[in-house]
Amino acid sequence: MSWKKPEPVQVVKQRRDTALSALVESVPYMKFLGISFDRRGDELTAVLRYSEKIIGNPMLPAIHGGVTASFLESAAIVELGWAMIWDGIESGRLDPDALEQRLPPLPKTIDFTVDYLRSGLPRDAYARARVNRSGRRYASVQVEAWQDNRDRLFAQATGHFLMPSRDE
Amino acid sequence: MAADKTTIARQFSEAIPFARELNMEFLTVENGRAVARMPYDARLVGDPETGVIHGGAVSALMDTCCGAAAIAHPDNPGVTATIDLRIDYMRPATPGQAITTHAECYRLTRSVAFVTATAYDEDETRPVARANGAFTVERRR
Repeated sequence: MSWKKPEPVQVVKQRRDTALSALVESVPYMKFLGISFDRRGDELTAVLRYSEKIIGNPMLPAIHGGVTASFLESAAIVELGWAMIWDGIESGRLDPDALEQRLPPLPKTIDFTVDYLRSGLPRDAYARARVNRSGRRYASVQVEAWQDNRDRLFAQATGHFLMPSRDE
Repeated sequence: MAADKTTIARQFSEAIPFARELNMEFLTVENGRAVARMPYDARLVGDPETGVIHGGAVSALMDTCCGAAAIAHPDNPGVTATIDLRIDYMRPATPGQAITTHAECYRLTRSVAFVTATAYDEDETRPVARANGAFTVERRR
């Protein structure tokens, strides 16, 4: 019987957080919009911090539809990228610090469809993506976004992505 | 009246904070058509390895341009909001080049504006992205 002593919790957390920040911080557009990610285990929640520059309709005011689309697409890509590296990070095959130097190629968007359910209010927004299918070449992802109430979505999206070839 | 409509559509579009932030410029807004241009900007990069603009930024340009085309339709009485928008990304935009979108509101009912758009970089023979969307039409008073 082999029994391995569990790793200290802070070692596990630091490894995962380093990998996640490598994935997120490297993308200038996400930083520009104010998008960050909360992590609980392997579950990610994308957070869009409200700022005046993301307004689309200054009369309401409401978040620009293009910002909402960008937020949902970013949540989908990070979710896919995160799923791609998770096993490698956990098994020790991927070094989180090396990821900061050089990220593996990320999935590319083939198409993305956004439903605008209600206008985005001038406050923070949240999104969670679910990978419904991820094959060798293609992935299908669904994203939901909300503000004050998790059950009152202000936008949802579905998109298809081309996965990077594994032997690269 | 068509000239007024064009002015209103252009002013409305240029009053959008996020469109200004991305330095979007409207080249034409008339008769259900709009052409808008967005210069290359390092803040909009989605892939740091290649310098390619994030799909979301292209999508923001196309959404804005489609909205302007919907407002610029001669029978549309007022402003508009996006109901849904689908974007097909055909190829990465060449880093360093501006992106130009041509949008057309090809059908307007009492409630819905149907809009389509194509985006190009400096190579106008190969589109970067296509968009199809439905937009709201305000009720006539």
